[in-house]
Amino acid sequence: MEKLRKEDVNPKIVEALLRDTDITIDDALDNEMILNMGPQHPATHGVLRVLLRLDGETVMNAVPELGYLHRGYEKMAENMSYYEYIPHTDRLDYISPMANNVAWVMAVEKLAGIEVPVRAQYIRMMVAELARIASHLVAIGAFAMDVGALTVFLWTLREREKILDIWDILCGARFTNSYTRIGGVANDAQPDALAKVKWFIDQFDDNLTECEKLLNSNRIFIERLENIGILPAEVALDLGVTGPSLRASGVEFDLRRATPYLQYDKIDFNVITYTEGDSLARYFVRVDEMRESAKIVRQVLDKMPAGEIMANMPKKVLPKKTEIYTRMEELIHDFMIVNFGINPPVGEIYHAIEGSKGELGFYLVSKGEGHPWKCKIRSPSFNNLQALPYLVKGHMLSDVVAIIGSIDPIMGEADK
Amino acid sequence: MNIKELIKNKLTNNFPNYQIEFSEYLDEFCIKVNKENILEICSFLKNDEDLKFILSEDITAVDWATRKNRFTVVYHIYSLKNNFRLKIKSDVDESDCSIDSVTSVWGAANWQERECYDMYGIIFNHHPDLRRMYMPEEFEYYPLRKDFPLMGIPGSLPLPKK
Repeated sequence: MEKLRKEDVNPKIVEALLRDTDITIDDALDNEMILNMGPQHPATHGVLRVLLRLDGETVMNAVPELGYLHRGYEKMAENMSYYEYIPHTDRLDYISPMANNVAWVMAVEKLAGIEVPVRAQYIRMMVAELARIASHLVAIGAFAMDVGALTVFLWTLREREKILDIWDILCGARFTNSYTRIGGVANDAQPDALAKVKWFIDQFDDNLTECEKLLNSNRIFIERLENIGILPAEVALDLGVTGPSLRASGVEFDLRRATPYLQYDKIDFNVITYTEGDSLARYFVRVDEMRESAKIVRQVLDKMPAGEIMANMPKKVLPKKTEIYTRMEELIHDFMIVNFGINPPVGEIYHAIEGSKGELGFYLVSKGEGHPWKCKIRSPSFNNLQALPYLVKGHMLSDVVAIIGSIDPIMGEADK
Repeated sequence: MNIKELIKNKLTNNFPNYQIEFSEYLDEFCIKVNKENILEICSFLKNDEDLKFILSEDITAVDWATRKNRFTVVYHIYSLKNNFRLKIKSDVDESDCSIDSVTSVWGAANWQERECYDMYGIIFNHHPDLRRMYMPEEFEYYPLRKDFPLMGIPGSLPLPKK
């Protein structure tokens, strides 16, 4: 962090910082201090820049500056086919790439009218829930590290490592998975992958309890977070906050329950809510959600039927590689899909799933061409970050770090 | 009465003089309103006791490039009470590239409209803080417009001071 001179800050940002203040000073910069936090700061979880107006150590106002990781993914989507875009969704929320893959292909399938086999739907649910566990593990670990408990970070990452190993078996990549395909998933879940998932779920609860023991009775951790950054339910809804941060404020809103997709209506799970709405409640929601996700994965393993993993729609869904090499018809379809795309009918849809950070939606407009006319990513981190100025106002500078950790923004997704 | 009919009835009864088009595609219900009425209709949809669209999920625009009304501003709003998502559309022409801001209705619209302004250059009237969201303040173009090249414009992004 560095102290800024007035001319270092864009006048419009200074204006935003000095807005809605109840103290009247001729030149606020002479008496208060403007502090530049980020974009390169370990506690901002990526390249988030926050300009803070401080009175002593108390935050009077905060202006988040986004865009340091803006790669123009919406523009790129308009210039590539629906298939080509799948790997790019990995780079949105890079902590849970599987969930993004699922969200994207589901949006495209809705647009193109593709029905996915049940087994593929169950596999997608499994990977989406494992992605949620992985994401929450990182969130909690990094969060605890931000407030000074380093060991938890090592322990939660150890657990996450096991999930990455599962992904390694499932799709051959540990981090940027690109596992789903339009119409299904890339590879079938092999028995050894499923056995590893089973093993992971069985030992997960104990290991999570171990991590929890380090935090739940840790006085420093509790006192750093309790009553810090309280987000009342009506403010949270007004600011468009979704996901764990909204549920910590007592609103029972979970898209898996509200608008069931995949096979979530056949699964028994609880929507975790806490009423306090402070940073500690957001931590508790994540821990409990991981247990619920483990419960879902367990049920998915029991209920997963045998069968196809790709839809049988030759004009929309890429054929298997072996068939392309041996059969003429498949070769033609492959050529057409790769070169001209799947050409969904003219129309527009919005499809959202409950990602690990909140509502992850894709708004797609098709003009009947191989590439989308318009793609809008409704990213949860972007909307959740909007609550940051509200949350940090009146708190100490050190609490800003804790509050950013508690809303768990991923800048790859917020900046697109 | 199902929710779609309810919205239809409520809107036609409460705004008899306004031109509102209803449409549905793949089970997604959509209303199209004139841009002059957007604020009034949005605040009605949010505050009506039976509808309660309290969550603004997303605000964006579509650039149709060659059409007369070049842009369509698209709002996705959600009612937790009815578990229902509604799409609102409103056309904006390039010659008068502005629409009323709905920040007074939903606080979330603040950044969502800023992003839309940043990417399409649509001015949201009475917006409290209409700055660019992602691009630098000095940037002169609107990247998601169809006439902005995919490769970018050389020299358009100022390099940081040494």
